[in-house]
Amino acid sequence: MNFLMWNIFLALAWAALSGGFSLLNLLLGFAMGFAILLFVGPALGNSNYFDKVGKALGFALFFVKELVAANLRVAYDVITPRYNMKPGIVAVPLDAKTDAEITILANLITLTPGTLSLDLSDDRRVLYVHAMYLGDPEALRREIKDGFERRVLELLR
Amino acid sequence: MKEWITALLMLSGASFMLLAAIGLVRMPDMYTRMQPATKAATLGAGCMLLAVAVHFGSVGVTMRALAGIVFLILTAPVAAHMIGRAAYVLGVPQWEGTHLDELKGRYDTHTHRLSSGAEDEGAEQTN
Repeated sequence: MNFLMWNIFLALAWAALSGGFSLLNLLLGFAMGFAILLFVGPALGNSNYFDKVGKALGFALFFVKELVAANLRVAYDVITPRYNMKPGIVAVPLDAKTDAEITILANLITLTPGTLSLDLSDDRRVLYVHAMYLGDPEALRREIKDGFERRVLELLR
Repeated sequence: MKEWITALLMLSGASFMLLAAIGLVRMPDMYTRMQPATKAATLGAGCMLLAVAVHFGSVGVTMRALAGIVFLILTAPVAAHMIGRAAYVLGVPQWEGTHLDELKGRYDTHTHRLSSGAEDEGAEQTN
């Protein structure tokens, strides 16, 4: 994450030199710093920083999309008189190992409506998730593992 | 233009919070109540903070709003996780429509240790 520090430093330098710490100016500085790092990067050593910036942006978009879509689904169930839901608790096996990975993954699962992480087994191998719309438990497991976990791990490792 | 974005964010934030409140009353059991209460409320508060950031448009306010959103995203799920876990350990009943419970029997009733089920499989094979 050394490159991230460089990028932030360049953004601050740009803001200081152009004399305005407005948000737009900082963002502009960040973008230009990124462009500079793209050129100078090989001289500073190898890094997957550029991949990660792209992935982080992609992940943010994916997360917002999931958040809004799933919120609307729960909203529909809240305001219509009949319950369409089929709640259940599913055990999801984890590939995430460290505290940070598991915490971020569990928080993201809780924040997408329809799923709520209840508890982690003491050997940290399985996360128990309460789901509101549980058709096929295998499908949900796959969805969490291929959607969230894969992306979180790509970003953190 | 700015007024429109602010208004849109505030309205959607307020609607999500209203939905969370209605959901809290309407959902049939503890676990399904936690669902709208945590995320719709988080999303609602997040929209409100964004609206504040857009309205004032200065770095100081925006940074504070973003920090607020980050803390919400970090803390709300943790609280939900603790409440949900406590409810399960205490045996709060589930709605009759609940059709799968893979957590059942995995808690040690005395120590509250939670097994992953993987060691059970190993034990069955040796038996």
